[in-house]
This record gives sequence, structure tokens and C-alpha cells, in this order.
Amino acid sequence: MIPGPFDYHRPASVGDAVKLLADLGDEARPLAGGHSLLPMMKLRLATPAHLIDLHGIAGLKGICRDGDRIVIGAMTTQAELLASAEIGERLPILHETALLIADPQVRYRGTLGGNVANGDPGNDMPALMLALDASYRLEGPNGAREVAAREFYQGAYFTALEPGEILTGISIPVPPAGHGYAYEKLKRKVGDYATAAAGVVLTMAGGKVASCVITLTNLHETPLLATDAANAVIGTTLDDAALKAAASAARAIMQPASDARGPAEYRIHVGGIMVMRALQRAASRAS
Amino acid sequence: MPKTHITMKVNGSEVEGLAEPRTLLVHFLREQAQLTGTHIGCETSHCGACTIDIDGMSVKSCTMLAVQANGAEITTIEGMANADGTLSPLQEGFRMMHGLQCGFCTPGMIIRAHRLLKENPSPTEAEIRAGISGNICRCTGYQNIVKAIQYAAAKINGVEFQEAAE
Amino acid sequence: MNDMTPTREQREAALEGMGCRRKRVEDIRFTQGKGNYVDDVKLPGMLHGDFVRSPHAHARVKAIHTEEALKVPGVLAVITAETLKTVNLAWMPTLAGDVQMVLADGKVLFQNQEVAFVVATDRYAADDGVSKVVVEYEPLPVLVDPFKAMDPDAPVLREDLAGKTVGAHGPRKHHNHIFEWSVGDKELTDAAFKKAEVTIKEMISYHRTHPSPLETCQCVCAFDKIKGELTIWGTFQAPHVIRTVVSLIAKIPEQKIHVIAPDIGGGFGNKVGAYPGYICAAVASIVTGKPVKWVEDRIENLTATAFARDYHMTTEIAATKDGKVTGLRVHVLADHGGFDACADPSKWPAGFFNIVTGSYDFPVAHLSVDGVYTNKAPGGVAYRCSFRVTEAAYCIERAMDILAQKLGMDPAELRLKNFVKPEQFPYHSALGWEYDSGDYHTAMRKMMEAVDYAGLRKEQAEKRAAFKRGETREIMGIGVSFFTEIVGAGPSKNCDILGIAMFDSCEIRLHPTGAGIARMGTKSQGQGHETTWAQIIASEIGIPADNIMVEEGNTDTAPYGLGTYGSRSTPVAGAAIAMAARKIKAKAQMIAAYKLEVHEDDLEWDIDGFRVKGLPEKVMSMKDICWAAYNSVPPGMEPGLEAVSYYDPPNMTYPFGAYLCVMDIDVDTGVYKVRRFYALDDCGTRINPMIIEGQIHGGLTEAFAIAMGQEIRYDSEGNVVTGSFMDFFMPTAVETPHWETDFTVTPSPHHPIGAKGVGESPNVGGVPAFSNAVNDAFAFLGATHIQMPHDYWRNWQAAKNLGVVA
Repeated sequence: MIPGPFDYHRPASVGDAVKLLADLGDEARPLAGGHSLLPMMKLRLATPAHLIDLHGIAGLKGICRDGDRIVIGAMTTQAELLASAEIGERLPILHETALLIADPQVRYRGTLGGNVANGDPGNDMPALMLALDASYRLEGPNGAREVAAREFYQGAYFTALEPGEILTGISIPVPPAGHGYAYEKLKRKVGDYATAAAGVVLTMAGGKVASCVITLTNLHETPLLATDAANAVIGTTLDDAALKAAASAARAIMQPASDARGPAEYRIHVGGIMVMRALQRAASRAS
Repeated sequence: MPKTHITMKVNGSEVEGLAEPRTLLVHFLREQAQLTGTHIGCETSHCGACTIDIDGMSVKSCTMLAVQANGAEITTIEGMANADGTLSPLQEGFRMMHGLQCGFCTPGMIIRAHRLLKENPSPTEAEIRAGISGNICRCTGYQNIVKAIQYAAAKINGVEFQEAAE
Repeated sequence: MNDMTPTREQREAALEGMGCRRKRVEDIRFTQGKGNYVDDVKLPGMLHGDFVRSPHAHARVKAIHTEEALKVPGVLAVITAETLKTVNLAWMPTLAGDVQMVLADGKVLFQNQEVAFVVATDRYAADDGVSKVVVEYEPLPVLVDPFKAMDPDAPVLREDLAGKTVGAHGPRKHHNHIFEWSVGDKELTDAAFKKAEVTIKEMISYHRTHPSPLETCQCVCAFDKIKGELTIWGTFQAPHVIRTVVSLIAKIPEQKIHVIAPDIGGGFGNKVGAYPGYICAAVASIVTGKPVKWVEDRIENLTATAFARDYHMTTEIAATKDGKVTGLRVHVLADHGGFDACADPSKWPAGFFNIVTGSYDFPVAHLSVDGVYTNKAPGGVAYRCSFRVTEAAYCIERAMDILAQKLGMDPAELRLKNFVKPEQFPYHSALGWEYDSGDYHTAMRKMMEAVDYAGLRKEQAEKRAAFKRGETREIMGIGVSFFTEIVGAGPSKNCDILGIAMFDSCEIRLHPTGAGIARMGTKSQGQGHETTWAQIIASEIGIPADNIMVEEGNTDTAPYGLGTYGSRSTPVAGAAIAMAARKIKAKAQMIAAYKLEVHEDDLEWDIDGFRVKGLPEKVMSMKDICWAAYNSVPPGMEPGLEAVSYYDPPNMTYPFGAYLCVMDIDVDTGVYKVRRFYALDDCGTRINPMIIEGQIHGGLTEAFAIAMGQEIRYDSEGNVVTGSFMDFFMPTAVETPHWETDFTVTPSPHHPIGAKGVGESPNVGGVPAFSNAVNDAFAFLGATHIQMPHDYWRNWQAAKNLGVVA
């Protein structure tokens, strides 16, 4: 398992990276943490002629507060997210989820940008970005643009990234203080993708759900925003009927593949259970 | 393929060599730096046998390019013994607690445990298990590896190791 | 005596002999990254080989185009079956009496079969070359389901066997049939079933899995054209057998083949057989005149070199109403894949599966096994078990639970009622084995007491009631397993590999200063032989274990042995070590008598030397005897102090154990949690308890993986869907349960030190304990048998089939 030959580029700025991508065209791929791309290259399922390593771009790292948003550089690793007190305080669901991604070694290399940008339906962070209504900064030959995470995912490995564009940052609105959150992921073992996973961000008022977003991982070609499921619980006390209605509405939009994690029927079934459990846990954390 | 000249500090010594862009770090360490203690077990970044410590991080060296380690500071299993050549607390712990059998996962396990203890000097059993969950061992069932790391933590912290009853 | 004279206890302790938790010698190098594994071997001018493999499970190979590959910088040669035919090596014999393609000869029979071997200056160039070889295939109908293998219209897999109605093990019934093997008394068994008060019948499958040691299979072959000698460093569990096989098939005189098995990163049965990679690397070295390295990657390992199990066991028990078993009838359909590359003693096409009567006193039994070809990887090997013993233990332990359920009896009580009794040993089983020793009742009762078995059943009854009342969605299972293994292959009267009796050997040489070297025909892959073999010698001849260097794996220096697998090292080589040591001790006694000027019979052994009976101060230590052996031996005696022993065991050994697993399963997700696992093992005399416990932890972990999800699974087109560590269940420290170990000691009466072997017991006994726990959890809902593996989705499916989830 050896990658095919390629040329290696290590630009020092986003501008240089974008220029390289523009000049080299389809044959070039940006390299972030590498834990998706390099195994594919070792299997020769990916054979880019040029790799553009983004590790040399200092500006792509870091976590900062920008008003009511937190802006995270695309090359910020899962380990750095976990080490950030700011994230722990304002976006605790990122901590909960990062700990469920791969294993410690992979989290030292794996980046938030890589996780959200490559369009792998098995990745966990995209569903969170949908739940948190994050936006992505995409920089390309025609300048920079912001795209809502909810508009970004088009199909398995198909995203709104245009040729020559790089995802450089993630901007996340800070959820209100006292919000409840949970990411429920069923997986066979450490290092596995989700058999089914659900993320919930909600607020409670007077014992009832005031606002709620539910998102799903690895239950479709793209991460899913389960709007009907969320609507089914807003205004309820999260009683049994509301939970079941949410699970049912969420299941209605799931279309997972049958694979070694189980047949589609099972994955849809447990997908609904992840929704119910995430809702309950999120509500228990809300104040 | 044209090769790039790279240098890195491995176990305190400068190592230099020529690498193709696609040369995997694990191959550079094993074949150019002649440090064969770092092993290859799965090549898909699941097993952790190739774990090294690079710039304060545990990394699977089968999923990193050698050129990406240019200028880095690396510790491999060969750099783990005490300066006087005696076994470090982790190495001693693995031996005393029978934390290894075939020895193939051991370098990666010890290197990973080294970083774990740097970040969390007194981990609970659950934290140890999660901390080594990127390393597969086929022989030991992990129980004695957990004890080995507890032994090392106690020794590093200067407290007496209390082996949990089975 | 002055204060400096060591006490007897101190002298005993200084030896670090048997029974001592001696720390391992190997660990000094392994913990420092100084092991020497095959891929660490680097020779001047060494080339690398890599395989082109078939994407199809069954296809005709129309053409292989190598031109583009040969243009890749660094690529020196592409070897195909046509190349190999020039040296008559396109096919190779298997250990099971079949033949196997080394490289695809006209067709391929399983996905990832070896098609061509690219030889290049380094592994990168070799891989580049592989990507440039173009193979034209014509896909053929694929046979995946072994139950369809003998359908009249099943595709013909093995065209090379056309017209052959007799195979290595008797008549063939169908073009995809390999052998039928039967044992036991059919008439008496059928009669027992006719008059039985109660019978059960169940098809119990043991799915296909893979040993997958962390180090894959690999080798370096170096042919010296001038000397005509071939040196092979390889991941070999049985290096001498490899030497003989290579000599026979490559027609190189055996003295000119040097096989070296250096440190091995786990074997578990995967490294017993001979694989195409070894042959191709050897041929490539002969062709190029340079050393050639072949290193398998993980996907290749999981999909091409060996598999284990794939046994489908239709099992029937006859019994009385009050639970006394009266007969056992088993038919096995064995899926061997494209070639029968089963690694069993040659006369045993289904291994020792006839241990299937287990720990129970079945008056009559009958077993038949049909082996068939399918479009899957060839095998199967004994994955951490003696040959097909884990399948047999699973079969009987599951069936006993099914019988208990039918009778409404507690499964532990049913077992106690039917155990072979202590006074029945040596016990002749209905399927032909002579169990050497055992005390099953004591072991079972000790287990039940240790875990508070009655308390667990009470808790389970309460939980079941709560589940039925709708108060919980969790069900509790208690898995009981009581296994009897048969290990230590084996006696020459019934065990050989390609005609070589399955003895094992030891050579001990003591040096003048009271130290020595010992070499064996076995080969550790992690079992710690360098540590434990020295402990046997220390106890036998009073030389501290630290002064004995143990060396294995070099066929030029080690005495011939059959290697390490099937838990045979301790029963066979362990005995050879003791016998060699005793030869030394006998000579040492003569030397001591001469030096102490007494008659030999006036001497008695005392820990680390001889003393004159009745004169405890008149002693001669082994250390001093060693010196004397090279200095002043009795007149007429040859100097030196060394011995060789080749041990042909009189019988197998029969380790046993009582295991219990407590598991909770969430019926809504199928997620299980192993709450408790207790393992009591009786492996006879315990050489190093620390190492025994380590072996049990490891074997239980493998059993856990296998029972709960570790599967080589094929889709209907013959594609492997679990071919990497992403999908092949390899538990981490997080999933792996906590293990409790315990023991009883019933020494083997025929083994020189009473030891029985232990490495594989936990896998043999563990799998049924886990599976019985799952089945027991669901039993109150009406389940009788749920097939393994018990991964989450299958548990959920079971719950769904039982109507407890919507």
C-alpha cells in the first residue's frame, strides 16, 4: 500500500495555495490532516499528481471570538479543539463530538476543515455544523465567499467547493447560554464511522422545548438537517409521544446504505433512537 | 521521482536523507534512519503500531509523509530508555506487568502511553483505555497494558504502585 | 553455616524455575524497539516483490500484459504462472493433500488471488509496477454459499480435478466436493436416537474469521548461486516444516536450505502454512540472483493468506427426560474456499473435530464432515486453537445449552449431570480419544461459587420479569461454557505432517561456568518461550533460568521440530526439554558421585545439586558439576554436558476449564455490555502463572472479538466486505472487557512435568461463553439458537424476530 507518485507543494499563504490549485487544476488536491486522503492514495483509489499541503499556512490555524461568533481556522486539529477552553465553554458539543472521532493519534492530525470539507458522509463534524448553522469561508481564484454549512453538502464527496477553492475557516454562531446539546453516536468500536448518529442543539423555556435543531450523520449521502423532526418537539415537554414523533420524522428522511455496520433497516431504526437519546440528553443539559 | 533533502531531529540526533514526496514517514524512519522499532501493522491508520511522537503529538507515521516531518522533532521507541540506558518507567512497567507478548504493538503502545502520561500524569483506568484506543494489541487483551501504564504513572509520580486485584 | 549461606528457599528462588512469575527475557529488547522481525531484515541489493491480485472471485484469466509494468523505473521482472511453470512451481502442494495455484493458472478462484508477482528495486517501485500490469478477465458464475456447492448445477470451480473421483481423503461425491470424513458408530447412534425420550437438532454455524496477527506474513529469500543455497527469513510458526516443504517442491537439497524465523509478531495459526508469497520470493531470488523481500499488507492478509472456521454443524443430541445424554450426532459442512489449504495433521481432514463430545459422557456418537470448495480464500487454519477444536467446543457447548432449554434445566446443572467423572479417567470417548485426566466437577463448582451463580440466576429472573412488565429494555444473559480441549499434537501413531511424525525436540548444552544454551524445534510468536523453557530447565537441573539462553527458529542450529501451534509447544517440546534435562542430570549424577567419591545411588537431588544421603554438608552443585564435566569426568566417560531429546508423546493432553460470561443487551439497539467474565483454567502444572494469565487474557480477547463480530464476510459476488481493520472487528482497549482468571491443577499423568498447554484454551472456551450469554439473554423470549457473530445489528435483528422491537 504505497501512494502513487505526486509532486508536493507547501505554500506559505492561502493566496499561494489558491494560485497553485488554479494553475494545477484537477490534478491537484489540498492536503489537510491526511487521514482520509492518504489511505485512499495508498490504495491508489486517489492518484492526484500534486498535493498541496496546507500545514505551511500559519493563518489557517486558531480559534478566535468574533462578536457572537467563534471562528476556527480550517487547519485547527481535533486535539486543538479539545484543548480549547473557549470551545469547551461556548461550543461544548464540539468537545463531545471530537472525542468520538477516530482515536487520539488521528485527532492530533485530523483537522476540522478537513472533516467538514471533503464531503464524506461518515464524518461527524458536518452534522454539527448544520446543527449550529455554521458557515464556511471558501477562498478561490475569484476571491473569498461564505457558504452556509446547510447549503454546502450536495452528495457523497460532492460539495459547494468550486474548482480551485479551499475551505479556509469555519464561523459558528455561539448558541445561547443555557442551551442544551448532545451528539449521540452509535459505532461498533473506536475508530469507526457512525452506524447512526444524531446531533441536537436546543433551548428550553418553562419546561418546554423553545427551539431545536436536529441533524444526522451517516444516514444519507450527506449530513441531514431533520427539520420536521425538530418541529415535532418544539413546544412539547419532550414527552414520549413527542420523542417518538421526532424519531419517526427523522427516520422518514434517512437513506443509509446497507454495509458491515448493518442493513439499512437497522441503521434507520437506531438512527431514530439516536435522535430520541440526543434530545433527552440535550434537554437534561439545558437550563 | 525527484527526491527532496529533509532533516529532522530523531531521538535527539539529526537525521537527514532524501525522500520522494510520497515516502511515508514510517518508511523513512525504518529504512533511511535505520530505526526499525517503529512497526507497520495495518497501513490504514487503525492499528497504531507505527505511532511515534512528533513535536509533542502522538502520530501514526504510516499516514504522514516524510517531507511533512522536515524540521520536526521526533521520538521513537529507540529514544525511550533513560539516559543511562536503563529502562524508563514505561518500559519497566510493560515488563513488570507483562504488558507485552509478541512485542509488535509494544513500541507504538509505549510511545503513545508516553504522550498520554505527559498530558495526564495520573489517568484513571478509563482514561488509559481511551488514551490507547488508537493502538491495537492482538496478544494481551490490554488488561496488563493498562497495569503497565499505571505502574509507570506511579513510578513517575513517585508513589507506590498498587496493583488492582483481578 | 554462616549468615551468607543461602537458605533452601533462597536457593530455590534464585533458580526462577517452574511456578515462578518470572519476568520475560524477551521484553528487554521488545520494550526498546530492538526486536528483529522479518521486515527489519535488510540485505545488500535486496529487491521487493508485490502481487497483482484478482478483483474477481471467479474468472478466467484471458491474458496478462506486463509490458507497461516492465517500463516502470526500478521494475526488474514480472513473474506469472507461465514463468513458474518453467521451474514446475505454478502449483504447490497444501498441507491438506490438495494442490494450490501459486499464481493464477488459467483462472482465479477467489477475490485477491495472486495473479502476478512484480519484482523491483524497492517496495514503491514494486507497487508502481503492480498498478501497471493489465489483466484481462472473463468473469465466471460465483459460488459463495457452501450449502449450494454440491448442487447439480453448481459452477465447476476446480477444473484441474476434472474426472478425479478420489481425493486425498477418499471418494469425492461432486465436482466441488473435497472429502467426507466420518467417525463413530452410526448404527448404535441412530438406535440411540430412535429410542430417545428427548432430542434436539440445530444447525450451528461458526462463521469464517481470520487470525490476523499484528505483523502480517512476510519473508526475505536469498539465493546464493555459487553455493546453490537458499536462505529464507520468514514469519514461520514451523520453520523446519517450511524447510522440508521447500526442499521437496523446489528440489533444492535440504541441507542447502536455511530457514530462519526471527522474532514473530503474533501468529495465531496464520503463519503455519506455506503461501504463494514465499514461493514467489524464492523463485524471484533464484531468477535475479538477489535477495527478495515480500511483505503482505493488511488487506492481503485478511483476504488471501488463510482463514479460520467456516464450519456449519448440524447437531443432534439424544437424552433422557431427566437430562442424561444418550447420543450425539453431528454433520459438518466445511467451507474450505478455492483450495483445501487446511493446516491439519495430514490424516485429519477435519482436524480433531471428533473432540466434539466435549466434557460429557456420551455412550455413543457419530460424526461426519463434508468439505467443499467455494470461491473464497483457501484455508482453514487453526486460529488460536488446536485443529478444529474451537469449532467442536462451540458446537457441543451451544448444543448442551439448547438441550438444557428444551428440558427446562439449568445449563450448569445439565453439565454437572453429564460430565465425565474423575474416576472414569483415562476416559475413552465415543469418537475415539483417550482423555488423560480431568476433574470437571471440581472446576465447575469452583466457578459457580466464585461468581455466585445462583445469585446471578436470581437477578436474571428478576430482570426478565421487569422486562416483561415493560420496566426495562435491557436483557441479561449468563453464558456458561465448560470445555475440554485436545492439544499437543501429537503421538506418531496418529499425527504427522506430510509423513513427518509430530514429535518435538530440545538440545541443551551446558558450558563449563554453569551456564548453557538450549534450542528447540518450536518457535515462539509471543508465548515467551525464551523465558518459560529456561524455567523448566532451571527446575530440572538446578541452573538458574537466567543462565540458560533459549534459542529457536534457526533450522541450522535447532533440532528438528514441528513448530508452535495447536498448543503443542508445552505438551510436546516442554516434555522434550524435561527429558533432555534429565539426561543431563543423569550424567551429572555420575560426575558428582565420582567427585564426591560415593556411589551414584548414595546421592540425592537437592534443588541445585546433589548431596550425599545422610551427609547434607557433602554436596556438589550443578555449577561445580558443569566445570567438572569439562575438567575431570570419571574414567571412560566422554567429557561435556549436553543432551538432545526427541519426544514422541504417548497421548494428547486435555486441558479444560469453566468459563462464565454475564452480558446485558439493549434490545432497541442490540448494543451489549460484558459485565463480567470469569475464566477458570486447568492446564495441569503451571510453569509461569504470569504468562498463563497473559495468554488467557489474550485468548479471551480474541474469543470476544470472534463471537461478537469478527467476521470475514463475502457478498453474493464473492467480494470481501470486511477486508480491512475498519470493518474487520478488532477490539481496542475500550471495547475489551475486564478479565478474571482462576485455576485448578490436574497434572497430565503422561507428561514428564504434568503440563498440558494453555494458549488456546481461552479462545476455545471463550467463544461459547459469549455466544451462550447472548443466546441465554434471548432464551426467555423464545429463541433457541441465534447464529454468531453477535454484533449489534444481529442482536437487534434477533430481538425483532422475537417481536420485542417494532
